[in-house]
Amino acid sequence: MIVCVAHNIISPLGSTSAENYAAVKAGMSALKKYDGLWGLPEPFMASLLDRNKFTNEEYTLDEQVVITSISKALEQTNIDVTSSKVLFIISTTKGNVFLLDKRETGFPQERVRLGMMARQVTKHFGNPNEPIVVSNACISGVCAQIEAMRYLEGGEYDYVIVCGVDVQSAFIVSGFQSFKALSPDECKPFDANRQGLNLGDAAATIIYTKKDKVNDNEWVACSGAIRNDANHISGPSRTGEGSFRALRIALGDLEPEKIAFINAHGTATLYNDEMESIAIERAGLAGVPVNSLKGYYGHTMGAAGVLETIISMQAVYDHNILGTRGFETLGVTHQIDVSNQNRATEKRAFIKLLSGFGGCNAALLMAKGGLQ
Amino acid sequence: MIKHQVYISPNEVKVDGKALAHNEKGSALLTELYRNNIGDYPKFFKMDTLSKLGFIASELLLNIEGNRSFEPREDRAVILFNRNASLQADTHYQSTIQDPEHFFPSPAAFVYTLPNIVTGEIAIRNKYFGETSFIVIDDYDEQIIMKNLDIAFQDPVTTSIIGGWVDCSDEEHFEARIFLMEK
Repeated sequence: MIVCVAHNIISPLGSTSAENYAAVKAGMSALKKYDGLWGLPEPFMASLLDRNKFTNEEYTLDEQVVITSISKALEQTNIDVTSSKVLFIISTTKGNVFLLDKRETGFPQERVRLGMMARQVTKHFGNPNEPIVVSNACISGVCAQIEAMRYLEGGEYDYVIVCGVDVQSAFIVSGFQSFKALSPDECKPFDANRQGLNLGDAAATIIYTKKDKVNDNEWVACSGAIRNDANHISGPSRTGEGSFRALRIALGDLEPEKIAFINAHGTATLYNDEMESIAIERAGLAGVPVNSLKGYYGHTMGAAGVLETIISMQAVYDHNILGTRGFETLGVTHQIDVSNQNRATEKRAFIKLLSGFGGCNAALLMAKGGLQ
Repeated sequence: MIKHQVYISPNEVKVDGKALAHNEKGSALLTELYRNNIGDYPKFFKMDTLSKLGFIASELLLNIEGNRSFEPREDRAVILFNRNASLQADTHYQSTIQDPEHFFPSPAAFVYTLPNIVTGEIAIRNKYFGETSFIVIDDYDEQIIMKNLDIAFQDPVTTSIIGGWVDCSDEEHFEARIFLMEK
């Protein structure tokens, strides 16, 4: 079984997983309106890290949050990270893309390459392996965990360190603005009045290993799948094709009654949330509670799949189905069970669902104590 | 097991190791390959260089495989690797926002600033509902690529993969080494 041995989240809501979960449970959000930031002509709402807290001149902001997050996860273990039996997998969409701005002169241009950014991280930790960077748009964080499961099943590595990261910049924000995908206010996942997404900064780390036996409190990554809509590069499928198929594989033979909740992508764009409701119903999961964490963090892109898996694990530990911040009235055509209130659960499994540009979709089934 | 392979560089094209005749070089080579071997997919002209390259290479590969039905299937994955992610598209998009006096961010340019778009283009063309994935490593490394594709067959549905290297740093500098692999 593939088992989580440690995790961490660095976000505007805290610098440990516990701090982050406590903030989310209390309904907090770091979403704020920014006007004139980075010279952007239009204001935007986002969840941003305090840049003044990351002042190391050797590493970019991305690299610093990754190194901090991985360090804090490693502190919980006695893993020898200099061993060739440890593999680093970084999940990111845009990495150090801010370096393309001609006004940026603080770092060598080669650091814009995702593999070079990842090498800064493995070099910092003294790890001898070439790092793998998964760059699959918004589903990267779940893809990176599926990669970790496969590498560990393959037997070549003892530990895989998965770190998802993205930090916002003029490049990313202006792009989403040009797409008219951003909400002017705090996002409202699955709501009838949703107007789009908010972006967010974060890094999140999960360390996985393979074990023959687990105890009741250990988290098992049971199964995952990545599927394509084969429909459009920037719009989700009207039949939820890829998400439906990924859900079906991740679920396997498990009865839907065993699942505490589906932590959806729930970006609060019109088309994404509608598509997810279709896919969830098609997969026979309409009776399972659905939530989205975007109202707390915004869309943290390459970090989202890792961060949202960690928060969901913490919620199941706490017998809690987190409320969907920003949600009021169901605004998708298929009846799914969304609430803005925290709800109690005694169930031990959840599904993390994501979808992204390029028509890609990913689902991951996690179970506390494994599938019984 | 590798069934077929395609190599494309700015001045050389090989299909299963045999050179394919052509007149053009660089970006014009990709257009020539499109006109000579495909011709019926005008979306090609909207693509960034990475997607054009991956699309053309996959078309040559699938033409050699033959028996193209375009029937939807879930058992074929598209898993590609490179060094520069979407650098050419990123640089192009950056040019639309660099100057505050001429700030015109383009959604058509922005959508290609993700390397996995090429895997989506191939999936759309061929109606592949299977896995699509994009992985970046800082140097071409056949061992890493083959290992990664080998473990991708752990997916319960995947029986074949269009896999390999598709890299470009700008419109004139690119390299594709892709292949069709069966379980």
